[in-house]
Parts: sequence; structure tokens; C-alpha cells
Amino acid sequence: MSAWLDPVPWLILLPLIWATLAFILGPRRGGRLAMAGLAIQLGLAVYLATQMMATGPRVHSLGGWGAPLGIDLLADGLAVAMLLLTQIAALPLVIYARAYFSASSTASAPQWEGAPRRMVPSDQFWPLTGFLLAALNALFLSADLFNLYVTLELLTLAAVGLVALGGKPSQVVAALRYLLVSLAASGAYLMGVALIYGTYGTVSIAHLTPLIGTQPPPAIWLAGGLMMTGLLAKTALFPFHFWLPPAHGGAAAPVSALLSALVVKASFYLVLRLLLEPLAPMAEAVSWLLGLLGAAAILWGSWQALATRHLKRLVAWSTVAQLGYLFLIFPLLAPDGLALQAGVMQAVSHGLAKAAMFTAVGVLMLATGRDTLDGLAGVAGRLPLTIFALGLAGVTLMGLPPSGGFLAKWLLIDAALGQGQWPWLIIIIGGGLLTAAYVFQVLRQSFLTAPESTHFQPVPRSMEWTAFMLAAASVLLGLRGVEWIELLAVV
Amino acid sequence: MSTGLLYAMTGVLLFVLGMGGLFLRRALMTKVLAFNIQGSGAFLVLVGLGQRSGIPDPVPQAMVLTGIVVSVAATALALALIRRLADNDMGTGDEP
Amino acid sequence: MNALLRGCTVLACLGLGLGLAWSMLELPPAPIQMPGLVASHMDQSGVDHPVTAVLLNFRGYDTLLEVAVLLLALLGMLAAGTTPLHASSFKEAPMLTALARALTPIAVLVAGYLLWAGAFKPGGAFQAAAVLAGAAVLLRIAGLLPSWTTPADGLRLALAAGLLVFLGVAASGLALGGLLAYPPEWAGTLILLIETSLTVSLALILAGLFLAGPDSRPPEEQS
Repeated sequence: MSAWLDPVPWLILLPLIWATLAFILGPRRGGRLAMAGLAIQLGLAVYLATQMMATGPRVHSLGGWGAPLGIDLLADGLAVAMLLLTQIAALPLVIYARAYFSASSTASAPQWEGAPRRMVPSDQFWPLTGFLLAALNALFLSADLFNLYVTLELLTLAAVGLVALGGKPSQVVAALRYLLVSLAASGAYLMGVALIYGTYGTVSIAHLTPLIGTQPPPAIWLAGGLMMTGLLAKTALFPFHFWLPPAHGGAAAPVSALLSALVVKASFYLVLRLLLEPLAPMAEAVSWLLGLLGAAAILWGSWQALATRHLKRLVAWSTVAQLGYLFLIFPLLAPDGLALQAGVMQAVSHGLAKAAMFTAVGVLMLATGRDTLDGLAGVAGRLPLTIFALGLAGVTLMGLPPSGGFLAKWLLIDAALGQGQWPWLIIIIGGGLLTAAYVFQVLRQSFLTAPESTHFQPVPRSMEWTAFMLAAASVLLGLRGVEWIELLAVV
Repeated sequence: MSTGLLYAMTGVLLFVLGMGGLFLRRALMTKVLAFNIQGSGAFLVLVGLGQRSGIPDPVPQAMVLTGIVVSVAATALALALIRRLADNDMGTGDEP
Repeated sequence: MNALLRGCTVLACLGLGLGLAWSMLELPPAPIQMPGLVASHMDQSGVDHPVTAVLLNFRGYDTLLEVAVLLLALLGMLAAGTTPLHASSFKEAPMLTALARALTPIAVLVAGYLLWAGAFKPGGAFQAAAVLAGAAVLLRIAGLLPSWTTPADGLRLALAAGLLVFLGVAASGLALGGLLAYPPEWAGTLILLIETSLTVSLALILAGLFLAGPDSRPPEEQS
């Protein structure tokens, strides 16, 4: 087959091209370009998935050199599962963002004292989003530790730019904190790469896995520890979660959705990939620690979500909690693959549900003009579709059947029981109950009667529908998720 | 101890100094400087450890060039955000 | 932060440093030796300098993404917002002005040399762009170059041109069997094309990071 038609490089090239073109077109332009680009990317990802199911994993040697001289891209089941999630979640978000920015600039442009002149929050949204998606696709496909460092930095800078979008002082503070944490984390990761290159003379994952073997020297343990710590900080796993709520809770709604649904998953994916392949000898030593941190994240994140009175903060804290589930899989990883399937199912269903939740909350905030739970009174009557979307997304987060979240938790419980590790059940079920508590808090508030004076801004229908579609997808995933899981068998 | 290894040791020292600075210093500018020192340390280890046998290796040298540009970009963004923050403080601090 | 936590952080950093240094001491030689591998492929790389060959050919993909990272820094800055910077915000300094006028042509010359030299000795697009951007910063401080808040149409095109050319070359490599694959006989020309357009764009991006900097003066001084 001709390399022209190989979807692997195009999944990285396309978003880079449309992001660059969107920048050249100018501020606020490029929305249509983004939608067209993403539609093609989605097609490519589906095509790649079907192709891969038939013929096995795909390697694309950049420049035709091949590792270890050149850099290889690798599309295996895990990578393609994440690629599918990225394109599927991003397409509705882009449609939503177009409506969101036109609505929020015509309604009440978020102005504050000392706002720079001629600044609109959507100014650089399209190119930043394009580079963000390019970074995600490049990261999922990369099979080279140093190249992964570059993709991580690309991702960080795009995400920080998106958090700062609009330049509100609180956003700039959150963006700066996020940037500094990310940079320290990247530094630790790079140090690990330096040690690995020094020890083995290569950074190609495929070459490293047999070289590291089962008895690596101390330098590799230190390298692994540094890389893992850096990646956990980027994933915002408890106790590194402190930067996430202000960054995700303060950004524009489509940005929060992109960050919570996709960006934090990227570094989780790397932790998983590294512990499954080159750093496998470390996995046993750290898996319990990761599981315990995950459990702490579930409890602490849910508790904070329950305590806050701000809508977006609530959803952001819920991300902290839901990320915890992803790390519960590590003590349960076994050859039967159940825990791995649970992890990917949780990443995908949380990605879709959290995108739905942030978009729905964005609708509510635009309608009420406020970011508090108390401001929600009466919205259920005015925006039933959005509240329905919020409820459906909540069903997925709680893990009720038939949602994708249910499938994920069911697989996780299955894995835990199969290995006799029943204490994790308490965390899984307890976390579900806490999730139910904070989701119902939002729903209850929205069904209260609004005071007479309440005025609701009109909200574009397309925003409500995209939120609903994302939520519905996260629930229906439970019915069709098996096919997604089958992808993982391709290694 | 070879020259390359000596560079790598210096790199370790810079790396932990930078790491400590990032954790312990509160001033934002100092943190940005600390990040640069930490990064330089990692670069030195990458180049030094890779060449500890004494043969020049172009691969880590090219990687470090890439890394330097990446850290320049990150530093620039951090500085721009810090200035934006200072700008806001000055713009709104004195007003009622 | 209390003293105990500070002490623990210092101890942890110290322990990490000692551990890292110790772990490096007794490492056996690396099983994969890249220098030989690079040397044996130099004749297909299109350039004579191994670092340039790695940077723009063997690991050219890293460089492609890195150009995007640099453009992103500028985008992030624009996203956070800039305010106009006045030409008068720097004091009149005749010496500085004269220096800037004298050094700029030399800087352009040096940048041209660095770009050309990159093919066979240390140098290349990034070094050339850094020198050019340095000249732009000097001109700005001397008040000879205006700043901007939002790049105009032409400037945006010039800022992105380097990345766009690089992407174009990368994509056309697909016809040859891989992203960024150059035919050996064309490799030198293509690398020069990429490096030249990168020099212009990178110089503008690096200069832009300074020229588009937000104004830090209180608003009453702004007109």
C-alpha cells in the first residue's frame, strides 16, 4: 500500500496543517477548517482501527530510516483506542466551541477591569486547539522516548495557552502554575530519558524493551522513578492534583472539556505504556503505590466536589476523582487483560462523559450568567435537554448500567475478584456513591423554582445538542464498548 | 573518570539544584530560572553520559539542541505570563 | 512552607543527586552505538555535518514538532493578551541607536553565514534565527523597530511560513514511502529550503516573543 494513504502520519500532519492555516487566517477564524479537519481525522482513525484489526499493528518509519537511527510511529491497539477517543470527543467539542464563542461574544463578553483592548477570548482558540490535537495524536503514536518528550512539551504549551485564553488574571495564574508544574515534570522525564540513552544508546521503545529485560541496573530504576513521577504530576494524580481544579475550572467551557477529557489521559497513557513495555520490571514495585494513590484521589476528589459551591470547580474536582479509577488498574494488571480493558474503558467513558459535563455546564453558565450551584434554580424547566445531558453524563461517572462507566467498573471489579483483591471493591463502590452525591446535588438545585427576577440568556441549540450527543455516547458506549475493547487485543 | 562522565556528574548537580529551586523558592522569576538550570542539568547528562566512552555522539547533541529550543519556548511563555500578571496587578491594583 | 518540609525537600534532592551520580559510575558501555550508525548513513543524509543530519534528516520529525512548539509559545502569549508597547517606553539613547544601526547589518551577515555553514559545521537555522532575533531586540530597545499587539496578515504568514514549508516537504516525503523521507540526491536542497524558511520564521517568532510583550507600565501612561 502506498504511504500516501497511510492514515498514521496523516493523523499528525492534518491537525498541524489546519492549526497553522488557522493561525494564518487570523484571530477567531478557522472554525470551519477545524471541523473539516477533524471530520477527516475521525475518518482516518476509524479506517486505521478497521485496518489494524485485520492486519495487526502498524509501524511507520519516519524518513524511511527506521529505529534506532530514525523515529518510528507505532499504531497498536492501545494507541488506536486512544486516537479514536480523541477524534470522537474533539469533533463535537469543536462544533460546540464555534457556537460558544459566537454566543459569548454577542451576549456579555467577559470583560474585567484592566482587560486588554481588542481582546476576545476566542482569538487564538483554533490554532491552539489544532496544535493540542496534533500533540495528542503524535503522543499516542510515538514509539520513541525522546520524541515523546517533545510531544509532551507540545501538549503542555498548547494546553497552557488554552488555559490562559482570554487573559483573565485568575486564568493567567492558573496557566502559570500549570506551566511550572508541567515544566518541572518534563524536566524529570527528560532526566530519565538521558539516563536511559546513556545506559543503552537508544531511545526507541521497541529496542529498549528487550535490552532492559528483567534485571535493569540502578540507573534505570532511578530513570523510571523520575519519568513516572513527572508523568503522574502531569496526570494530576493525587497528591499532584493541586494545579488541576484552578486550571480546568477557570478556562472557557470548550477548553475545560478538551483538557479534562483528553489532555490528562495522555500522560496516563504514557504511564501505562511504559509500565507495560520497557519499564515492566518496575511495574510490580510501584503498582500498589499507584493503586493507593488512585484510591486517595477518588475519595479526596469526590469529597472536594461535594464541598464546592462552584459549578465548574465541581466538575474539575470530579476529574481528579475519576482519574483515580484509572490508577486502580495497576495492582490488578494481569495476563487476562481485564484490568487493562477496564482502564481503557474508564479513560474513554470518562473522556466522553466529562466532555459532556463541561459543555453542559458551559451552557448553564451562559444561560444564567453565573458559575454557582445556587444560580441553577429553575434551569431544568428552561434547558431540559442540557440537564438531561448532565444527568446522562452523571450516570456514566457513577457507573450505572448500561453506561461505559458501568462497563469499566464492572471489568475492574471482575479483575479484583478474580485475583482475590476485594478491598478495592470498597473504593470502587464508595467512589460511585460519592459521585452520585455530587451529581444529584447539581440536579436537585436545577429543579428548584427560580426567583421571579431570574433572567435567562438564550443559548444556541447546537450547544445543547452537542452536550447531549457526548453524554448519550458515553452511555451507549456500554452497549458497544466490547468492540472498542477488542482493539486492545492487537499488540 | 572520563570527561563525559564528569559532564554528567555536573549535570546531576545542576539538575538537583534546579529541582530544589523549583520546590523551595517562591518568587516566580526564580522558579523560571530554576527550571532552566534543571533543564540544563538534564541536557548535560544526556550529552555527557552518552559520550562517556569518549566518542562524540551526534544523536544526543541534536536532541539537546531540540531540547534547548523547547525550553526557550517554555521560558518565553512563562515570562510572558508573569509579565501579564504584573501588568494586571498594576492595572487594577490602585483602582477602587 | 515550614522548616521541616524544606529540610525534607533539601534532603530528598541531595539523596536523588547522590543516587544519580552513584548509578552512573559503574555503567557498562551502551549496547547500541549510535555514532557508527550515523556515520554509516551520512552519505544518504544530504549534508556533511552529523548533528545537522540527525537534526534535519534522521530525527527531523523532532525538529518539525519543535518548530510547532516555538510557534505555540507565541500563540500562548497572544492568547493571554498583549497590550501595545510604546516606542517612547525606552529612553532616547544616541549610543544605543548608533550601536543598533551598526550591528544590524553585521547580524544579518552572521546569520547568513551560520545558515550556510550549518551544512558542514556547527550552525544552522536556529542559530541564524537567534542572531537575527537578537538584532531585532536591539533595534526595538533603540526605538528603531515598532512593536505589535496582534500580528497583521503578512506577519502571520511570515511567522508560520517556516512550519508550513517544513510540513509541505514532510508530506511530500510520503510519496517516497515515509513522512519526511527525502530522496538522497534531493536531500541537501530540501534541507536548505527548510532551513532558509525556518530562519526567517524562527527569527520573527523569537523576536515576536519580545516585540509583542505586554506593556508593564500602569495604564495612565498609556494613551
